Amino acid sequence: MKRVYAKEAYCLGCRLCEIHCIVTHSKSKKIIKAYRTERDHLVPGMHVEDSGSVSFALQCRHCDDAPCIEACIAGAMQRDSRTGAVVCDEDRCVGCWSCIMVCPAGAVRRGRRGKVVSKCDLCAGEETPACVLHCPNEALHYEER
Amino acid sequence: MRPWLIQPEFEIERDLDRCIRCQVCVRQCANDAHEYDSEDDVVSAHSIRCVGCHRCATLCPTDAIRIKQAELDFRSHACWTPSVIRNIYKQAESGGILLSGMGNDRPYRNYWDRMVLNAAQVTNPSIDPLREPMELTTFLGRKPDKVEVAPTRGGLALKTVLAPQLELALPIMFSAMSYGSISLNASLALARAAYEEGTFANSGEGGLHKSIYPYADAMIVQVASGRFGVNVDYLNRSAAVEIKIGQGAKPGIGGHLPGEKVDAAVSETRMIPENSDALSPAPHHDIYSIEDLKQLIYAIKEAIRYAKPVCVKIAAVHNVAAIASGCVRAGADIVAIDGFRGGTGAAPTMIRDNVGIPIELALAAVDERLREEGIRNRASIVVAGGMRCSADVVKAIALGADAVYIGSAALIAMGCHMCQKCYTGKCNWGIATQDPYLTKRLNPEVAERRLRNLLRSWGLEIKEMLGGMGVNAIESLRGNREHLRGVGLSDSELRALGIKQAGVGA
Repeated sequence: MKRVYAKEAYCLGCRLCEIHCIVTHSKSKKIIKAYRTERDHLVPGMHVEDSGSVSFALQCRHCDDAPCIEACIAGAMQRDSRTGAVVCDEDRCVGCWSCIMVCPAGAVRRGRRGKVVSKCDLCAGEETPACVLHCPNEALHYEER
Repeated sequence: MRPWLIQPEFEIERDLDRCIRCQVCVRQCANDAHEYDSEDDVVSAHSIRCVGCHRCATLCPTDAIRIKQAELDFRSHACWTPSVIRNIYKQAESGGILLSGMGNDRPYRNYWDRMVLNAAQVTNPSIDPLREPMELTTFLGRKPDKVEVAPTRGGLALKTVLAPQLELALPIMFSAMSYGSISLNASLALARAAYEEGTFANSGEGGLHKSIYPYADAMIVQVASGRFGVNVDYLNRSAAVEIKIGQGAKPGIGGHLPGEKVDAAVSETRMIPENSDALSPAPHHDIYSIEDLKQLIYAIKEAIRYAKPVCVKIAAVHNVAAIASGCVRAGADIVAIDGFRGGTGAAPTMIRDNVGIPIELALAAVDERLREEGIRNRASIVVAGGMRCSADVVKAIALGADAVYIGSAALIAMGCHMCQKCYTGKCNWGIATQDPYLTKRLNPEVAERRLRNLLRSWGLEIKEMLGGMGVNAIESLRGNREHLRGVGLSDSELRALGIKQAGVGA
């Protein structure tokens, strides 16, 4: 399946990927409005890891044998049969954080709104995920490998 | 102590209704002009640190930032302008030489803008380059005095042995920009773009980094007064060798790459110790005359077994025609002339803005002189220094150039915003810096694509202009000043350029 891959050599650490991730997953999908009205409960589904001059964006790897699906006690973490992406059904998630503990990539995070995790859903089947689309240095690639 | 007389040159305006406090500006400014206060959740600006590079404004996702020239706060005075006053404040503070990057920014007359091109009407047909072939291929190098052919069974064969030539798909090459003054990513992008588009890039005097070896067939390697990275393998791993005598931005001045920029990779490429200053002397200390230059040219030709052309690059100065003539007689196959608008990574501001002459006048003088002396065929002329667009290229070729070098235009294609702060090593666009946090901002794949697009679009425009003139090959335009006319120039300027006043027919 197609996944998002980072070229850390060209990651600026600007975090525009995180910003556009938030906007894409907001209700309004308008950047200023999303930040003004929904900022408090939106956490980007991906994040930039950085240390000194090294940085890269990290999204859920959508593992073939996803341990988070195994670990989920509520059956919220599932594989989308159409896209192959590992997605969290927010209505079922009870916030036990088991997925966070087992994720080998550290790509699942606590959301701010109640007991829900925040993770990459590959922008729900969009042709190009928002982080890839808005990276100013083409440091993110969405491709089959 | 804070430099108390120095005021901001730019004002950073933030539209607080649009600012989402995402802090992209804070993270992107190498000059720390933006600051986030987490206590108050507010991004504020230190305008005094702003160099006007637009990095923040370009990356701001909500278009909340405007960079404006600081309001003129001095009483207006035609002589004591704000920049003059500011320079004095800076020097009174530092006690040092003022430095600048890029080319001469003073409003000297730009002669390209005073020359207009011809087009075919009625009496000769114009050509549509989309429907008919149009030749931009250019050969640089010594041309024979005469061509001898011998009949063969099929027709005719060339008897004359031709001197080595550089074959360019279009008459545009990338100027010398050394690895050290620009980042490896920038050097790589230039080399790859030249390689892919059938033209040439120039190593500058920083040696050739190993990662550029695969593109060596598209590299002109430079031998300058510091002789950094020069050895016989370096000379042979090239398409041509260029001896750099002078640079348009700083004629008569050497170079100084500060030790801070000489990291392990630069040190290896330049073949100097890490962290040591790379000082290029003002003159080549083995060249004090045309005869000395001849010795170096032939030493290099021996080293490269006469297989590649040797170019001599000189700055456009008052006696440029005589000097170019000397270079040709000394054995240069290509003479590159760099006008006073040529860029640089660092030059004393006074030199950059006041020394040298415009490339248009230098080119006209050199072409004229070499023709008069009957040696124009012995060397190709390449001009550099402020070639901004394809029309400048066409005008340069009509004025007598064989090809042009573009430097600043190439950097701008890669993202340069002409803030002229290359010498600080804090290039926010990742071009003129070796800071690993900044160099990764230039993805060489993106930069290569943009450079190739630039070359391609200029090539298309040149073909359109040639077609309009009813010419189907760049060769037919070369040195044909009948295609140029001057507008708003004095008689002496028209004479120096060797062109007619607009309105005067053939």
